[in-house]
Amino acid sequence: MATYEDVLAQTCEVLARFAKGQPLTEGTRLLADLGLDSVQAMEILLEAEERFDISIPLNVLPSVRTVGDLARRVQQLVDRA
Amino acid sequence: MSLFDRFQQLAAARQTLLGDGAVPFGVVVEKVLSATEAIVDGRPTILAGTNNYLGLTFDPACLEAARGALLEQGTGTTGSRMANGTFAGHAALEQELSDFFGRRSTIVFSAGYLANLGILSTVPGPDDVVLIDADCHASIYDGCRLGSAEVVRFRHNSVTDLDKRLRRLGARSRRAMIVVEGLYSMLGDRAPLAEIAALTRHHGASLLVDEAHSLGVLGEQGRGLAEEAGVEDAVDFVVGTFSKSLGTIGGFCASDHPELELVRYACRPYVFTASPSPSVVASARAALVALRAGAGLRRRLWDNAHHLYGRLRDLGLALGPEVSPIVAVLMASPEQGIAAWRALLARGVYVNLVLPPAAPTGGCLLRCSLSAAHTRDQIEAVAEAFRSLAASGAAR
Repeated sequence: MATYEDVLAQTCEVLARFAKGQPLTEGTRLLADLGLDSVQAMEILLEAEERFDISIPLNVLPSVRTVGDLARRVQQLVDRA
Repeated sequence: MSLFDRFQQLAAARQTLLGDGAVPFGVVVEKVLSATEAIVDGRPTILAGTNNYLGLTFDPACLEAARGALLEQGTGTTGSRMANGTFAGHAALEQELSDFFGRRSTIVFSAGYLANLGILSTVPGPDDVVLIDADCHASIYDGCRLGSAEVVRFRHNSVTDLDKRLRRLGARSRRAMIVVEGLYSMLGDRAPLAEIAALTRHHGASLLVDEAHSLGVLGEQGRGLAEEAGVEDAVDFVVGTFSKSLGTIGGFCASDHPELELVRYACRPYVFTASPSPSVVASARAALVALRAGAGLRRRLWDNAHHLYGRLRDLGLALGPEVSPIVAVLMASPEQGIAAWRALLARGVYVNLVLPPAAPTGGCLLRCSLSAAHTRDQIEAVAEAFRSLAASGAAR
């Protein structure tokens, strides 16, 4: 079982390259705060999938707005695997 | 806050990129001269971006068939087949497509977009998983969104990544539908279908191949990539469109699964759309006859594709990864792409401008599509227009 804190920390590592130096917290909004476009969002998903050895269904994306949302989804998928 | 606030971002991006010049997505074709030429902005223009692969839009047999159906059956069906009934032409076209593909049955849709929307929203259910190539067409993504299955992307043309994702599914892989295209519409590259078919069998999954751009283009008989790769038996669903090689509008899905007939009753994009008009069905049927006898057309198409690809490669332009009737010229930036597109149009050459995020890898490209109806002089004119661009530094 992966802890949420561990998944959050690793998710922030994945996102750091796209954050352009902005501090990342659970509440950081992926689109509104980081200004990610759709291509960058897909790159992030691919990196997260590789790191956690999971597939992130596209269906979950509409409910992912913040770094914390993404980490929680990843944790659920890691636990399900 | 107003309903249209979020459109302001789009308006700003459009202004930044396009300014007040010709808008690439608003080209008006003032007069169509032939399958490969039109008047645009008062100028004769070579059409090198219309997906008219076999050049059948002015085929005399297709025109005659459409004219006859129009006069005999009227301008439209004015409703869905579920409500208004099936015209004899609909049933005949479905039978002829089944014969052509050697499949048990076929459903005809009113557009290619609706074929993908219909099948992907209806066949896979809540307990199923759809695995789609990342470069799949928007209609495939939209069909998945309309449906209830779990949707997972795999890296474009990566058999390794697909295998990894199927393994992650474990026993659920037997409920997976893999979706790929015969020829990918932006770069013109083929799916590695033999490997994907083997993987599909190995994991007990199902396979859907969208042959939109490969129908009439690939395979000795023109049935598409599955025929060319010799794996038609491994394909569960063949989806295609009438709006490219067949020169009209509509779409279809052919399959050996007897349940396909039941899909009609549950498929909202089929049930709630007016069926194709008689003239459209008649010209599609005539075009299918031409396609089946079209080995010569395919040879001319591929000769043209090789010729333009070779000429542009010799200019040092960055192109898509393989020779195909879709020749993509990669641009360094959207700004360069827009300037090059405008310069080509001014020289009487119409191609497609593809901006992010529509282009794979987030880049920008000028997309040419060849036709069997292009003459060698027209291909040379297109190549010459690109040469002028390259010489002026307007294309890399």
